[in-house]
Amino acid sequence: MNEAPLISGPYTHARSSINRTMGLVMLALLPATLFSLYLFGWPAIFLFITTLIAAMVAEAISLRISGRPSRPFLLDGSALLTGWLLAMTLPPWAPWWIGVVGALLAIIVGKQIFGGIGQNLFNPAMVARVALLISFPLEMTLFNPPIPLFSAQAPGFLDSLSITFGNSDHLDAISSATALGHYKTELSRGLSITDITGGTDTLWQLTTGTAAGSMGETSALLLLLGGLFLLYKRVITWHIPLAMLGTLALCAGIFHLIDPDTYLGPLTHLMSGAAILGAFFIATDLVTSPTSIRGQLIFGAGCGLLVYVIRTFAGYPEGVAFAVMLMNACTPLIDHYFKPRIYGRDSKGEPLSYAEKGGES
Amino acid sequence: MGAPTLTKLFKIRGGVHPDDCKLLSADQPIETLPMPELLHIPLQQHIGAAAVPMVRRGEIVKKGQLLARSQGAISAPVHAPTSGRIMGVGGYPAHHASGLSVRTITLKPDGKDEWRDNTPPVKDPFTLSPEEISKRVAEAGIVGMGGATFPSAVKLNLRKRYALHTLVLNGAECEPYLTCDDRLMREQPSEILDGVALMARALGVEQVLFAIESNKPEAQAAIAEATQAHPNITMVGLPTRYPMGSEKHLVQTLTGKETPARGLTADIGIVVHNVATALAVHEALHHGRPLISRVVTVSGNAINQPRNLRVPLGTPLENLIEHCGGYKQEPARLISGGPMMGQPLPSTRVPVVKGSNGLLALTQDEIQAGHEMPCIRCASCVQACPCGLVPLEMAANIRAGSLDNSVNLGLLDCIACGSCAYVCPSHIPLVQYFNYAKGELASRQRMQHKQGETKRLAEARSQRMEAIKKAKREAMMKRKKEMEAKKKREAEATAAAEAQA
Ligand code: SF4
Ligand code: SF4
Repeated sequence: MNEAPLISGPYTHARSSINRTMGLVMLALLPATLFSLYLFGWPAIFLFITTLIAAMVAEAISLRISGRPSRPFLLDGSALLTGWLLAMTLPPWAPWWIGVVGALLAIIVGKQIFGGIGQNLFNPAMVARVALLISFPLEMTLFNPPIPLFSAQAPGFLDSLSITFGNSDHLDAISSATALGHYKTELSRGLSITDITGGTDTLWQLTTGTAAGSMGETSALLLLLGGLFLLYKRVITWHIPLAMLGTLALCAGIFHLIDPDTYLGPLTHLMSGAAILGAFFIATDLVTSPTSIRGQLIFGAGCGLLVYVIRTFAGYPEGVAFAVMLMNACTPLIDHYFKPRIYGRDSKGEPLSYAEKGGES
Repeated sequence: MGAPTLTKLFKIRGGVHPDDCKLLSADQPIETLPMPELLHIPLQQHIGAAAVPMVRRGEIVKKGQLLARSQGAISAPVHAPTSGRIMGVGGYPAHHASGLSVRTITLKPDGKDEWRDNTPPVKDPFTLSPEEISKRVAEAGIVGMGGATFPSAVKLNLRKRYALHTLVLNGAECEPYLTCDDRLMREQPSEILDGVALMARALGVEQVLFAIESNKPEAQAAIAEATQAHPNITMVGLPTRYPMGSEKHLVQTLTGKETPARGLTADIGIVVHNVATALAVHEALHHGRPLISRVVTVSGNAINQPRNLRVPLGTPLENLIEHCGGYKQEPARLISGGPMMGQPLPSTRVPVVKGSNGLLALTQDEIQAGHEMPCIRCASCVQACPCGLVPLEMAANIRAGSLDNSVNLGLLDCIACGSCAYVCPSHIPLVQYFNYAKGELASRQRMQHKQGETKRLAEARSQRMEAIKKAKREAMMKRKKEMEAKKKREAEATAAAEAQA
């Protein structure tokens, strides 16, 4: 006699679904995205749309090939979000094929090869970004300063089409480095940080997003707002973002105290580059981060540490993608060793025992 | 170990906040359901061994008369919910998801509802010894009425093996929809507290904590007022959170202590009883009435008029639904108990039993059934689990067929509360995986036991055969010897006779 009922409860369910989770993340990204699209104008809008479409098409084709039902999977929002996050990490005026190749890499190599949603070891958007960075270093590091839509210097609609889809050297003419890139180059020329900054209030520019960079690297403030929204909606918990940003700030603070001329201060580190985007939207990627609270703290701290190390000591000016991917690789290990303590058992899994149990013979 | 003084509540891990939907029925006073045409009283309405029938077809019984006696250490008797004629003892669909046929006594009420007269109530049950109290509780067929249906007397006897200091009354009623305990606490607080005091006496404990979730302010007020007559009983307000009513988590909230894994709350000196059980104890000891009816919440958006009904045990569920005005719309699911841990019902013909606290007819919108998707490792289930388990990994292991791994991950510590499945955005039926695995493990164990038993029997048999053979051989030898001896004697006798001759 098998006593397990044929179906089991619960017969009620929280109003949660994958669509809802993904939708909330996209909603949180929306303000920062819109602002960036405004800042970088038509070329950015074209690139953004191209990347999203490519991601959806790649997902549809993969589903068809692997013989899974397209509708529920295509509409779960995960591919759209992956494309979106990828677009946020591209130089806004990059040519269209960067977006397309990136989306294909993200969806096919980053996700579907592992077995589709939930199975991937690495964050798909980061897989694509790193692969692009290594394969097309030139296109991936040409950044332009923000030229807001409808401003005087902004390229018109047709010009923009040619920037994104044509063969234009427009970008070379106006390209500028990101803040972190700038510091890196100048520091390597032997200048000190005060010389480089030259008194301009870079930090403010970084925070509000009026500095050069990829779409997700600008407007840290709006991204932070989106992150707080996700916390409020309980899509993510505070553990990974706080551990990551805290560790980054701590490392930066210590080195900055030791030698303020060579090492950037903690605030600059937090507000520049993809730190905020990474902490709230990329490191917290549900699939590729650990499941237990302790695991998440370790994961976040590891990300923060690696970001600092790569930014400061390695060849790349920005390290969020690498850092997150390295920690992604550790996730299974972290999950294995850091499980929550089971009720009624000690941390080794043995049943609790109370010294004065009494009465029991 | 002294009783810990109570200053504050402790936090438990995880848990969820489902919409409690109690307003549907919370304001409906308890109503007595009219006697149905036929009662189907199963012999097993409790955990343990089924009761043994004491009546035969055609017999006339009085209300409260013993129909079936308990058998073994863990069991409970069954009594007649009303007077009438026994129509038979046979199979009838069980109050269980499987709908399997179980041994059931069918009683046709005669409409007179006449009590047996041999029930002299004790004047003052507080003069009884603890043993005597639990004996009467056992005889009244009282079981845990929160749904667990563990024989209450067995729990009252725990004082013999554990150093107990506190009785906790579980008025959490954390399952959504259910309001039967809420109503009882509002309507009969002094009777309940009297039963509580009797249970405290049987257990030999000084301190009683009466815990009620904060979504039942009226019940809290009623009980708090009634406790003024009982200085050792304290009403404690609990935060509203599922599964607050889980014994071990309730105790942790009150004392900060966790019950050791695979142990009982008695290990830390505490016994938990349910509100309706306390009322049944009062009825049994003051009025000599066995457990023959219970309060059932009939609710859900598919029910026309949700209500709380006092129902004779054995009443077919369809009578309850009919009394509540039938369905507003065809229910998407019928459930016995609450929506979190309740069981789907195979049909409405099955009878009300001692553990039925709710009958829910839920609409599609209420059950929120979703399409199952792959796990996205969102860790919602890990955060929700009150037991500190990692449901996604247990489920993945079960799916892959490695039951042993899932046990190592803590499968057997899972209380099947459903919090994980409730929050899962991928709508993965996690509890179903766990129940399947637990069932599978149990049947494996039974198989192993059976194999061991077969082996043991086979060995015993061959030993017996061996012994028989040996005995035969020995007997033969003996006979042979005797024959020889006889022959010798005869030969000697003949020789002697010949010599004489
Ligand atoms: S059903 Fe089991 S695994 Fe799921 S939340 Fe409850 S105790 Fe945890
Ligand atoms: S809640 Fe569901 S989707 Fe999320 S980790 Fe648990 S099983 Fe996976």
